Amino acid sequence: MAILVIAEHDGKQLKPGTTNTVTAAAKIGGDLTVLVAGSGCAEAAQAAAKIAGVGKVLLADAAQYAGSAAENLAALVQGIAGNYSHILAPATGYGKNFMPRLAALLDVQQISDISAVVSPDTFVRPIYAGNAMATVQSADKVKVITVRATGFDAAGEGGSAAVENLAAGPDTGLSKFNGQELSKSDRPELTAARIIVSGGRGMGSGENFKILEALADKLGAAVGASRAAVDSGFVPNDYQVGQTGKIVAPELYIAVGISGAIQHLAGMKDSKVIIAINKDPEAPIFAVANYWLVEDLFKAVPEFTASL
Amino acid sequence: MKVLVTVKRVIDPYVKVRVKSDGSGVETANVKMAMNPFCEIAVEQAVRMKEAGLVTEIVALSIGTAQSQETLRTAMAMGADRGILVEVAGEVQPLAVAKVVKAIADKEQPKLVIMGKQAIDDDSNQSGQMTAALLGWPQSAFTSAIAVNGDSAEVTREIDGGLEKMSIKLPAVVTTDLRLNEPRYVTLPNIMKAKKKPLEVVKPEALGVDVAPRLKTLKVEEPPKRSAGVKVADVAELVAKLKNEARVI
Repeated sequence: MAILVIAEHDGKQLKPGTTNTVTAAAKIGGDLTVLVAGSGCAEAAQAAAKIAGVGKVLLADAAQYAGSAAENLAALVQGIAGNYSHILAPATGYGKNFMPRLAALLDVQQISDISAVVSPDTFVRPIYAGNAMATVQSADKVKVITVRATGFDAAGEGGSAAVENLAAGPDTGLSKFNGQELSKSDRPELTAARIIVSGGRGMGSGENFKILEALADKLGAAVGASRAAVDSGFVPNDYQVGQTGKIVAPELYIAVGISGAIQHLAGMKDSKVIIAINKDPEAPIFAVANYWLVEDLFKAVPEFTASL
Repeated sequence: MKVLVTVKRVIDPYVKVRVKSDGSGVETANVKMAMNPFCEIAVEQAVRMKEAGLVTEIVALSIGTAQSQETLRTAMAMGADRGILVEVAGEVQPLAVAKVVKAIADKEQPKLVIMGKQAIDDDSNQSGQMTAALLGWPQSAFTSAIAVNGDSAEVTREIDGGLEKMSIKLPAVVTTDLRLNEPRYVTLPNIMKAKKKPLEVVKPEALGVDVAPRLKTLKVEEPPKRSAGVKVADVAELVAKLKNEARVI
Protein backbone atom coordinates (compact mmCIF):
# COMPACT_ATOMS: atom_id res chain seq x y z
CA MET A 1 0.00 0.00 0.00
CA ALA A 2 1.06 3.55 -0.65
CA ILE A 3 -0.14 6.29 1.64
CA LEU A 4 -0.19 10.03 1.05
CA VAL A 5 -0.27 12.40 4.03
CA ILE A 6 -1.05 16.02 3.26
CA ALA A 7 0.92 18.25 5.60
CA GLU A 8 -0.48 21.31 7.30
CA HIS A 9 2.14 24.00 7.69
CA ASP A 10 2.76 27.73 7.85
CA GLY A 11 5.38 27.72 5.09
CA LYS A 12 8.27 27.21 7.49
CA GLN A 13 7.09 24.72 10.07
CA LEU A 14 4.64 21.86 10.17
CA LYS A 15 1.45 22.40 12.18
CA PRO A 16 1.06 20.08 15.16
CA GLY A 17 -1.59 17.73 13.67
CA THR A 18 0.67 16.69 10.79
CA THR A 19 2.97 14.41 12.77
CA ASN A 20 -0.01 12.74 14.49
CA THR A 21 -1.46 12.09 11.03
CA VAL A 22 1.83 10.43 10.04
CA THR A 23 1.45 8.10 13.03
CA ALA A 24 -2.08 7.20 11.91
CA ALA A 25 -0.69 6.47 8.43
CA ALA A 26 2.03 4.27 9.92
CA LYS A 27 -0.67 2.28 11.75
CA ILE A 28 -2.35 1.59 8.41
CA GLY A 29 1.06 0.50 7.10
CA GLY A 30 2.67 1.11 3.71
CA ASP A 31 5.05 3.41 1.86
CA LEU A 32 4.57 6.88 3.21
CA THR A 33 4.72 10.07 1.13
CA VAL A 34 4.06 13.54 2.53
CA LEU A 35 2.75 16.31 0.29
CA VAL A 36 3.63 19.87 1.24
CA ALA A 37 1.61 22.27 -0.88
CA GLY A 38 1.66 26.03 -0.46
CA SER A 39 3.16 29.27 -1.59
CA GLY A 40 6.77 29.58 -0.39
CA CYS A 41 6.90 26.38 1.63
CA ALA A 42 10.27 24.76 0.82
CA GLU A 43 11.32 25.04 4.45
CA ALA A 44 8.21 23.15 5.60
CA ALA A 45 9.07 20.40 3.09
CA GLN A 46 12.48 20.06 4.71
CA ALA A 47 10.77 19.72 8.09
CA ALA A 48 8.49 17.00 6.67
CA ALA A 49 11.52 15.11 5.32
CA LYS A 50 12.82 14.78 8.89
CA ILE A 51 9.73 13.00 10.26
CA ALA A 52 10.56 9.40 11.16
CA GLY A 53 9.01 6.88 8.77
CA VAL A 54 8.47 9.24 5.82
CA GLY A 55 9.79 7.77 2.56
CA LYS A 56 9.34 10.74 0.26
CA VAL A 57 8.22 14.36 0.35
CA LEU A 58 6.44 16.02 -2.55
CA LEU A 59 6.70 19.80 -2.69
CA ALA A 60 4.12 21.75 -4.69
CA ASP A 61 5.14 25.37 -4.31
CA ALA A 62 3.04 27.82 -6.30
CA ALA A 63 1.17 31.08 -5.73
CA GLN A 64 -2.18 29.38 -6.32
CA TYR A 65 -1.78 27.42 -3.07
CA ALA A 66 -1.59 30.51 -0.86
CA GLY A 67 -4.13 30.44 1.97
CA SER A 68 -6.50 27.52 2.32
CA ALA A 69 -7.01 27.17 -1.45
CA ALA A 70 -9.49 24.29 -1.23
CA GLU A 71 -10.36 24.29 -4.93
CA ASN A 72 -6.77 24.25 -6.21
CA LEU A 73 -5.49 21.90 -3.53
CA ALA A 74 -8.22 19.34 -4.19
CA ALA A 75 -7.49 19.53 -7.92
CA LEU A 76 -3.76 19.02 -7.29
CA VAL A 77 -4.25 15.94 -5.13
CA GLN A 78 -6.88 14.53 -7.50
CA GLY A 79 -4.15 14.48 -10.15
CA ILE A 80 -1.91 12.15 -8.11
CA ALA A 81 -4.56 10.24 -6.14
CA GLY A 82 -4.28 7.19 -8.42
CA ASN A 83 -0.86 6.43 -6.92
CA TYR A 84 -2.21 5.89 -3.41
CA SER A 85 -4.45 3.52 -1.47
CA HIS A 86 -4.99 6.03 1.35
CA ILE A 87 -4.93 9.82 1.50
CA LEU A 88 -4.81 11.37 4.98
CA ALA A 89 -4.82 14.89 6.37
CA PRO A 90 -5.29 16.29 9.87
CA ALA A 91 -8.92 16.93 10.86
CA THR A 92 -8.21 20.60 11.46
CA GLY A 93 -9.75 23.66 9.86
CA TYR A 94 -7.23 23.11 7.05
CA GLY A 95 -7.91 19.43 6.36
CA LYS A 96 -11.66 19.69 6.87
CA ASN A 97 -11.81 22.37 4.22
CA PHE A 98 -10.33 20.63 1.17
CA MET A 99 -10.44 16.89 1.93
CA PRO A 100 -14.20 16.43 1.37
CA ARG A 101 -13.81 18.34 -1.90
CA LEU A 102 -11.07 15.90 -2.93
CA ALA A 103 -13.17 12.91 -1.86
CA ALA A 104 -16.13 14.05 -3.96
CA LEU A 105 -13.88 14.59 -7.00
CA LEU A 106 -12.72 10.98 -6.55
CA ASP A 107 -16.28 9.73 -5.92
CA VAL A 108 -15.23 8.48 -2.50
CA GLN A 109 -17.03 8.71 0.85
CA GLN A 110 -14.54 10.40 3.17
CA ILE A 111 -14.00 9.00 6.66
CA SER A 112 -13.89 12.03 8.95
CA ASP A 113 -11.98 12.53 12.14
CA ILE A 114 -10.73 9.00 12.84
CA SER A 115 -9.48 8.36 16.37
CA ALA A 116 -8.19 4.81 15.80
CA VAL A 117 -7.11 2.50 12.98
CA VAL A 118 -8.57 -1.01 13.23
CA SER A 119 -7.30 -2.28 9.87
CA PRO A 120 -6.46 -0.71 6.50
CA ASP A 121 -10.17 -0.42 5.67
CA THR A 122 -11.73 -0.09 9.14
CA PHE A 123 -11.55 2.91 11.45
CA VAL A 124 -13.08 4.28 14.63
CA ARG A 125 -14.56 7.76 14.66
CA PRO A 126 -16.52 9.73 17.24
CA ILE A 127 -20.10 10.74 16.42
CA TYR A 128 -22.66 12.78 18.38
CA ALA A 129 -20.00 15.02 19.92
CA GLY A 130 -18.01 12.01 21.05
CA ASN A 131 -20.93 10.50 22.95
CA ALA A 132 -20.71 7.44 20.70
CA MET A 133 -17.84 5.80 18.85
CA ALA A 134 -18.60 4.29 15.44
CA THR A 135 -16.46 1.62 13.80
CA VAL A 136 -16.81 2.03 10.03
CA GLN A 137 -15.54 0.07 7.06
CA SER A 138 -14.85 1.54 3.63
CA ALA A 139 -14.92 -0.36 0.34
CA ASP A 140 -13.86 2.68 -1.70
CA LYS A 141 -10.82 2.25 -3.95
CA VAL A 142 -8.99 5.11 -2.25
CA LYS A 143 -9.58 5.82 1.41
CA VAL A 144 -9.82 9.55 2.01
CA ILE A 145 -9.40 10.13 5.74
CA THR A 146 -9.09 13.03 8.16
CA VAL A 147 -7.33 12.28 11.43
CA ARG A 148 -8.16 13.47 14.92
CA ALA A 149 -4.74 14.42 16.23
CA THR A 150 -5.56 13.62 19.86
CA GLY A 151 -6.13 9.96 18.93
CA PHE A 152 -2.52 9.44 17.83
CA ASP A 153 0.91 10.29 19.24
CA ALA A 154 3.09 12.69 17.29
CA ALA A 155 5.66 10.96 15.08
CA GLY A 156 9.21 11.77 16.06
CA GLU A 157 12.13 13.05 14.03
CA GLY A 158 14.95 11.03 12.55
CA GLY A 159 13.89 10.65 8.93
CA SER A 160 15.85 11.84 5.93
CA ALA A 161 13.43 11.57 3.04
CA ALA A 162 14.17 13.03 -0.38
CA VAL A 163 12.17 16.10 -1.39
CA GLU A 164 10.83 16.01 -4.96
CA ASN A 165 9.17 18.88 -6.72
CA LEU A 166 5.63 18.26 -7.86
CA ALA A 167 4.40 20.36 -10.77
CA ALA A 168 1.52 22.61 -9.81
CA GLY A 169 -1.93 21.40 -10.77
CA PRO A 170 -4.59 23.46 -12.51
CA ASP A 171 -5.42 26.93 -11.20
CA THR A 172 -9.21 26.78 -11.08
CA GLY A 173 -9.51 30.55 -10.63
CA LEU A 174 -12.71 29.98 -8.64
CA SER A 175 -11.65 31.95 -5.60
CA LYS A 176 -9.14 34.60 -4.69
CA PHE A 177 -7.19 34.62 -1.44
CA ASN A 178 -7.31 38.03 0.24
CA GLY A 179 -5.24 37.33 3.32
CA GLN A 180 -5.56 36.07 6.85
CA GLU A 181 -6.02 37.82 10.18
CA LEU A 182 -4.18 35.61 12.61
CA SER A 183 -4.39 36.01 16.35
CA LYS A 184 -0.95 36.91 17.62
CA SER A 185 0.20 35.23 20.78
CA ASP A 186 3.42 34.22 22.43
CA ARG A 187 1.64 31.36 24.14
CA PRO A 188 1.67 27.83 22.74
CA GLU A 189 -0.93 26.79 20.17
CA LEU A 190 -4.04 25.24 21.66
CA THR A 191 -3.68 21.95 19.82
CA ALA A 192 -0.01 21.58 20.80
CA ALA A 193 -0.06 22.89 24.37
CA ARG A 194 0.82 20.67 27.34
CA ILE A 195 -1.45 22.76 29.57
CA ILE A 196 -4.58 24.71 28.61
CA VAL A 197 -6.41 27.28 30.71
CA SER A 198 -9.94 27.75 29.34
CA GLY A 199 -12.62 30.26 30.27
CA GLY A 200 -16.36 30.20 29.83
CA ARG A 201 -19.37 32.45 30.20
CA GLY A 202 -18.54 32.78 33.92
CA MET A 203 -15.59 35.01 32.99
CA GLY A 204 -18.12 37.77 32.40
CA SER A 205 -16.01 39.80 29.95
CA GLY A 206 -12.98 39.74 27.67
CA GLU A 207 -11.18 42.02 30.11
CA ASN A 208 -11.52 39.37 32.82
CA PHE A 209 -9.62 36.86 30.65
CA LYS A 210 -6.51 38.70 31.86
CA ILE A 211 -6.60 36.69 35.08
CA LEU A 212 -6.58 33.48 33.02
CA GLU A 213 -3.72 34.77 30.90
CA ALA A 214 -1.71 35.49 34.03
CA LEU A 215 -2.27 31.91 35.19
CA ALA A 216 -1.49 30.56 31.72
CA ASP A 217 1.78 32.48 31.60
CA LYS A 218 2.87 31.09 34.97
CA LEU A 219 2.14 27.57 33.68
CA GLY A 220 3.42 28.03 30.12
CA ALA A 221 -0.10 27.22 29.01
CA ALA A 222 -2.34 28.09 26.06
CA VAL A 223 -5.61 29.94 26.60
CA GLY A 224 -8.86 28.51 25.28
CA ALA A 225 -12.55 29.20 25.67
CA SER A 226 -15.98 27.68 25.48
CA ARG A 227 -18.37 28.57 22.69
CA ALA A 228 -20.37 30.73 25.12
CA ALA A 229 -17.32 32.91 25.75
CA VAL A 230 -16.58 33.24 22.03
CA ASP A 231 -20.20 33.98 21.10
CA SER A 232 -20.28 36.63 23.84
CA GLY A 233 -17.31 38.30 22.15
CA PHE A 234 -14.93 37.83 25.09
CA VAL A 235 -12.26 36.21 22.89
CA PRO A 236 -11.78 35.46 19.14
CA ASN A 237 -13.16 32.37 17.40
CA ASP A 238 -9.81 30.59 17.27
CA TYR A 239 -9.95 30.15 21.08
CA GLN A 240 -12.97 27.84 20.84
CA VAL A 241 -12.61 24.32 22.18
CA GLY A 242 -15.48 21.96 21.45
CA GLN A 243 -17.41 19.73 19.06
CA THR A 244 -17.16 22.18 16.20
CA GLY A 245 -14.10 24.09 17.39
CA LYS A 246 -10.72 22.69 18.32
CA ILE A 247 -10.32 19.21 19.76
CA VAL A 248 -7.64 19.15 22.43
CA ALA A 249 -6.18 16.58 24.81
CA PRO A 250 -3.43 18.25 26.85
CA GLU A 251 -1.77 16.84 29.96
CA LEU A 252 -3.73 19.34 32.02
CA TYR A 253 -6.94 21.16 31.13
CA ILE A 254 -8.08 23.88 33.53
CA ALA A 255 -11.76 24.79 32.96
CA VAL A 256 -12.68 28.07 34.61
CA GLY A 257 -16.25 29.36 34.71
CA ILE A 258 -17.27 26.73 32.17
CA SER A 259 -20.53 24.93 32.93
CA GLY A 260 -19.71 21.95 30.71
CA ALA A 261 -22.17 21.77 27.80
CA ILE A 262 -22.02 18.52 25.80
CA GLN A 263 -20.51 20.48 22.91
CA HIS A 264 -17.63 21.74 25.04
CA LEU A 265 -16.92 18.38 26.69
CA ALA A 266 -16.62 16.92 23.19
CA GLY A 267 -13.54 19.04 22.61
CA MET A 268 -11.60 18.35 25.80
CA LYS A 269 -12.75 15.22 27.60
CA ASP A 270 -9.76 13.21 26.39
CA SER A 271 -7.39 15.50 28.33
CA LYS A 272 -5.21 13.55 30.75
CA VAL A 273 -6.05 15.59 33.84
CA ILE A 274 -9.02 17.96 33.99
CA ILE A 275 -9.61 20.46 36.75
CA ALA A 276 -12.69 22.65 36.99
CA ILE A 277 -13.28 25.80 38.95
CA ASN A 278 -16.89 26.93 39.12
CA LYS A 279 -19.06 28.50 41.78
CA ASP A 280 -22.06 26.39 40.73
CA PRO A 281 -21.86 23.10 42.70
CA GLU A 282 -24.10 21.45 40.08
CA ALA A 283 -21.95 22.36 37.01
CA PRO A 284 -21.86 19.36 34.61
CA ILE A 285 -18.15 19.98 33.99
CA PHE A 286 -17.45 18.38 37.39
CA ALA A 287 -18.56 15.01 36.00
CA VAL A 288 -15.46 14.83 33.79
CA ALA A 289 -13.05 16.60 36.17
CA ASN A 290 -10.33 14.79 38.12
CA TYR A 291 -10.34 17.61 40.65
CA TRP A 292 -12.92 20.28 41.10
CA LEU A 293 -13.22 23.35 43.23
CA VAL A 294 -16.51 25.04 44.03
CA GLU A 295 -15.47 28.64 44.43
CA ASP A 296 -15.76 32.08 42.87
CA LEU A 297 -13.25 32.08 40.02
CA PHE A 298 -12.29 35.72 40.66
CA LYS A 299 -10.99 34.64 44.06
CA ALA A 300 -9.64 31.20 43.13
CA VAL A 301 -7.73 32.01 39.92
CA PRO A 302 -5.54 34.84 41.30
CA GLU A 303 -4.87 32.69 44.37
CA PHE A 304 -3.90 29.78 42.09
CA THR A 305 -1.55 32.05 40.08
CA ALA A 306 0.02 33.47 43.25
CA SER A 307 0.68 29.99 44.66
CA LEU A 308 2.78 28.89 41.67
CA MET B 1 -31.07 35.82 -7.15
CA LYS B 2 -32.27 32.46 -5.94
CA VAL B 3 -30.75 30.74 -2.89
CA LEU B 4 -30.90 27.04 -2.12
CA VAL B 5 -30.55 26.24 1.57
CA THR B 6 -30.29 22.75 3.05
CA VAL B 7 -31.73 21.61 6.39
CA LYS B 8 -31.20 18.36 8.27
CA ARG B 9 -33.38 16.84 10.97
CA VAL B 10 -31.20 15.63 13.83
CA ILE B 11 -31.48 14.65 17.48
CA ASP B 12 -31.91 17.86 19.49
CA PRO B 13 -28.37 19.04 20.38
CA TYR B 14 -29.28 19.35 24.06
CA VAL B 15 -30.44 15.74 24.34
CA LYS B 16 -27.91 13.28 25.75
CA VAL B 17 -27.76 10.48 23.21
CA ARG B 18 -27.88 6.85 24.26
CA VAL B 19 -26.08 4.08 22.41
CA LYS B 20 -28.35 1.13 21.59
CA SER B 21 -27.50 -2.00 23.56
CA ASP B 22 -27.10 -4.05 20.35
CA GLY B 23 -24.39 -1.68 19.13
CA SER B 24 -26.24 -0.85 15.92
CA GLY B 25 -26.46 2.89 16.49
CA VAL B 26 -27.94 5.44 18.87
CA GLU B 27 -31.49 5.46 20.16
CA THR B 28 -33.72 7.73 18.07
CA ALA B 29 -37.16 6.41 19.06
CA ASN B 30 -39.08 8.86 21.27
CA VAL B 31 -36.16 11.28 21.23
CA LYS B 32 -36.71 15.01 20.69
CA MET B 33 -35.62 16.06 17.21
CA ALA B 34 -34.69 19.50 15.89
CA MET B 35 -33.18 21.29 12.93
CA ASN B 36 -29.39 20.96 12.92
CA PRO B 37 -28.09 24.22 14.49
CA PHE B 38 -25.75 25.01 11.59
CA CYS B 39 -28.66 24.58 9.15
CA GLU B 40 -30.66 27.12 11.19
CA ILE B 41 -27.81 29.57 10.66
CA ALA B 42 -27.92 28.77 6.93
CA VAL B 43 -31.66 29.49 6.72
CA GLU B 44 -31.26 32.66 8.77
CA GLN B 45 -28.54 33.90 6.42
CA ALA B 46 -30.74 33.34 3.36
CA VAL B 47 -33.67 35.12 5.02
CA ARG B 48 -31.52 38.10 6.01
CA MET B 49 -30.25 38.36 2.45
CA LYS B 50 -33.83 38.31 1.19
CA GLU B 51 -34.82 40.97 3.72
CA ALA B 52 -31.89 43.06 2.45
CA GLY B 53 -33.28 42.81 -1.09
CA LEU B 54 -30.41 40.64 -2.39
CA VAL B 55 -32.40 37.45 -2.74
CA THR B 56 -35.68 36.92 -4.56
CA GLU B 57 -36.47 33.33 -3.64
CA ILE B 58 -35.33 30.87 -0.97
CA VAL B 59 -35.75 27.17 -1.63
CA ALA B 60 -35.23 24.89 1.37
CA LEU B 61 -34.09 21.32 0.73
CA SER B 62 -34.06 18.41 3.14
CA ILE B 63 -33.05 14.80 2.62
CA GLY B 64 -34.46 12.17 4.94
CA THR B 65 -37.59 10.50 6.16
CA ALA B 66 -41.12 11.91 5.78
CA GLN B 67 -40.69 13.53 9.22
CA SER B 68 -38.13 15.88 7.69
CA GLN B 69 -41.16 17.76 6.33
CA GLU B 70 -41.42 19.25 9.84
CA THR B 71 -37.89 20.59 9.49
CA LEU B 72 -38.78 22.10 6.12
CA ARG B 73 -41.86 23.73 7.67
CA THR B 74 -39.59 25.27 10.31
CA ALA B 75 -37.33 26.61 7.54
CA MET B 76 -40.39 28.07 5.82
CA ALA B 77 -41.60 29.58 9.10
CA MET B 78 -38.21 31.28 9.34
CA GLY B 79 -38.74 32.71 5.86
CA ALA B 80 -37.95 30.15 3.14
CA ASP B 81 -40.46 30.38 0.28
CA ARG B 82 -40.88 26.71 -0.54
CA GLY B 83 -39.56 23.31 0.38
CA ILE B 84 -38.29 20.18 -1.34
CA LEU B 85 -37.98 16.89 0.49
CA VAL B 86 -35.92 14.17 -1.11
CA GLU B 87 -37.37 11.26 0.75
CA VAL B 88 -34.96 8.54 1.86
CA ALA B 89 -35.75 6.00 4.58
CA GLY B 90 -32.28 4.96 5.71
CA GLU B 91 -28.91 6.54 6.41
CA VAL B 92 -27.73 9.16 3.90
CA GLN B 93 -23.99 9.73 3.92
CA PRO B 94 -22.37 13.04 2.88
CA LEU B 95 -21.38 11.98 -0.65
CA ALA B 96 -25.01 10.98 -1.32
CA VAL B 97 -26.20 14.27 0.19
CA ALA B 98 -23.88 16.17 -2.14
CA LYS B 99 -25.15 14.23 -5.17
CA VAL B 100 -28.75 15.05 -4.26
CA VAL B 101 -27.99 18.74 -3.64
CA LYS B 102 -26.18 18.87 -6.99
CA ALA B 103 -29.17 17.32 -8.77
CA ILE B 104 -31.53 19.86 -7.18
CA ALA B 105 -29.11 22.73 -7.90
CA ASP B 106 -28.93 21.65 -11.55
CA LYS B 107 -32.72 21.92 -11.70
CA GLU B 108 -33.23 25.06 -9.61
CA GLN B 109 -30.15 27.00 -10.80
CA PRO B 110 -29.54 28.94 -7.56
CA LYS B 111 -26.74 31.49 -7.45
CA LEU B 112 -25.85 30.50 -3.93
CA VAL B 113 -26.18 27.26 -1.96
CA ILE B 114 -25.97 27.77 1.81
CA MET B 115 -25.41 24.69 3.98
CA GLY B 116 -24.51 24.05 7.61
CA LYS B 117 -20.81 23.29 8.09
CA GLN B 118 -21.53 20.16 10.06
CA ALA B 119 -24.47 18.07 11.23
CA ILE B 120 -24.24 17.48 14.94
CA ASP B 121 -25.28 13.82 14.63
CA ASP B 122 -22.61 12.20 12.43
CA ASP B 123 -20.18 15.16 12.79
CA SER B 124 -18.85 14.54 9.27
CA ASN B 125 -18.34 18.14 8.08
CA GLN B 126 -18.27 17.15 4.39
CA SER B 127 -21.50 17.78 2.49
CA GLY B 128 -20.97 21.45 1.56
CA GLN B 129 -17.44 20.99 0.31
CA MET B 130 -18.50 17.87 -1.62
CA THR B 131 -21.44 19.69 -3.19
CA ALA B 132 -19.14 22.48 -4.37
CA ALA B 133 -16.79 19.89 -5.89
CA LEU B 134 -19.55 18.09 -7.78
CA LEU B 135 -20.95 21.36 -9.12
CA GLY B 136 -17.46 22.64 -9.98
CA TRP B 137 -18.21 25.78 -7.95
CA PRO B 138 -16.08 27.69 -5.46
CA GLN B 139 -16.59 26.96 -1.79
CA SER B 140 -16.45 29.01 1.35
CA ALA B 141 -16.49 26.60 4.26
CA PHE B 142 -16.89 27.73 7.93
CA THR B 143 -18.09 31.18 6.89
CA SER B 144 -18.53 33.95 9.46
CA ALA B 145 -19.36 36.82 7.08
CA ILE B 146 -20.59 37.12 3.50
CA ALA B 147 -21.21 40.15 1.31
CA VAL B 148 -22.60 39.50 -2.17
CA ASN B 149 -21.37 41.91 -4.79
CA GLY B 150 -22.82 41.22 -8.23
CA ASP B 151 -21.27 38.05 -9.61
CA SER B 152 -18.93 37.50 -6.70
CA ALA B 153 -18.96 37.49 -2.92
CA GLU B 154 -16.51 38.64 -0.30
CA VAL B 155 -16.36 36.06 2.47
CA THR B 156 -14.67 35.68 5.84
CA ARG B 157 -13.92 32.16 7.02
CA GLU B 158 -13.07 30.89 10.49
CA ILE B 159 -9.71 29.11 10.40
CA ASP B 160 -7.67 27.59 13.24
CA GLY B 161 -5.42 30.62 13.66
CA GLY B 162 -8.06 33.33 13.19
CA LEU B 163 -9.89 34.49 10.08
CA GLU B 164 -9.37 34.17 6.33
CA LYS B 165 -10.72 36.53 3.67
CA MET B 166 -11.55 35.40 0.15
CA SER B 167 -13.40 36.55 -2.94
CA ILE B 168 -15.42 33.81 -4.56
CA LYS B 169 -17.15 33.76 -7.92
CA LEU B 170 -20.86 33.02 -7.97
CA PRO B 171 -22.51 30.57 -8.16
CA ALA B 172 -20.88 29.13 -5.04
CA VAL B 173 -21.46 26.94 -2.02
CA VAL B 174 -21.15 28.51 1.42
CA THR B 175 -21.13 26.58 4.70
CA THR B 176 -21.98 28.35 7.91
CA ASP B 177 -20.04 28.74 11.12
CA LEU B 178 -21.44 29.83 14.46
CA ARG B 179 -20.60 33.51 14.21
CA LEU B 180 -22.36 34.11 10.86
CA ASN B 181 -25.59 35.14 12.57
CA GLU B 182 -27.96 34.32 15.39
CA PRO B 183 -31.04 32.51 14.05
CA ARG B 184 -34.44 33.99 14.83
CA TYR B 185 -37.17 32.26 16.76
CA VAL B 186 -40.15 31.27 14.67
CA THR B 187 -43.40 33.01 15.56
CA LEU B 188 -46.83 31.42 15.63
CA PRO B 189 -48.22 33.51 12.72
CA ASN B 190 -45.21 32.49 10.64
CA ILE B 191 -45.70 28.83 11.56
CA MET B 192 -49.29 29.14 10.33
CA LYS B 193 -48.17 30.85 7.12
CA ALA B 194 -45.53 28.17 6.52
CA LYS B 195 -48.21 25.48 6.45
CA LYS B 196 -49.56 27.01 3.25
CA LYS B 197 -46.21 27.23 1.46
CA PRO B 198 -45.52 24.65 -1.28
CA LEU B 199 -43.62 21.49 -0.30
CA GLU B 200 -42.62 19.05 -3.00
CA VAL B 201 -41.63 15.46 -2.20
CA VAL B 202 -39.36 13.59 -4.61
CA LYS B 203 -37.50 10.29 -4.51
CA PRO B 204 -33.76 10.11 -5.18
CA GLU B 205 -34.39 7.68 -8.05
CA ALA B 206 -36.38 10.41 -9.82
CA LEU B 207 -33.22 12.53 -9.64
CA GLY B 208 -31.06 9.66 -10.88
CA VAL B 209 -29.02 9.63 -7.68
CA ASP B 210 -27.79 6.50 -5.90
CA VAL B 211 -27.95 7.25 -2.17
CA ALA B 212 -26.80 3.83 -0.92
CA PRO B 213 -24.28 4.25 1.94
CA ARG B 214 -20.64 3.67 1.02
CA LEU B 215 -19.36 3.29 4.57
CA LYS B 216 -20.55 0.28 6.51
CA THR B 217 -21.06 0.88 10.22
CA LEU B 218 -19.82 -2.26 11.95
CA LYS B 219 -20.68 -1.16 15.49
CA VAL B 220 -21.44 1.84 17.66
CA GLU B 221 -20.19 1.88 21.25
CA GLU B 222 -20.14 4.10 24.31
CA PRO B 223 -16.92 6.08 24.63
CA PRO B 224 -14.60 5.15 27.50
CA LYS B 225 -15.78 6.72 30.76
CA ARG B 226 -13.56 8.97 32.83
CA SER B 227 -13.08 7.73 36.35
CA ALA B 228 -14.78 9.77 39.05
CA GLY B 229 -12.84 12.76 40.31
CA VAL B 230 -12.58 14.38 43.70
CA LYS B 231 -13.75 17.68 45.08
CA VAL B 232 -11.05 19.81 46.65
CA ALA B 233 -11.69 22.25 49.48
CA ASP B 234 -9.49 25.14 48.38
CA VAL B 235 -6.78 26.31 46.00
CA ALA B 236 -4.01 25.04 48.30
CA GLU B 237 -5.39 21.50 48.15
CA LEU B 238 -5.87 21.78 44.37
CA VAL B 239 -2.26 22.82 43.82
CA ALA B 240 -1.03 20.07 46.16
CA LYS B 241 -3.02 17.44 44.23
CA LEU B 242 -1.69 18.69 40.89
CA LYS B 243 1.88 18.64 42.16
CA ASN B 244 1.95 15.45 44.20
CA GLU B 245 -0.82 13.21 42.87
CA ALA B 246 -1.33 14.09 39.21
CA ARG B 247 2.22 15.43 38.84
CA VAL B 248 1.28 17.73 35.98
CA ILE B 249 2.64 21.04 37.29
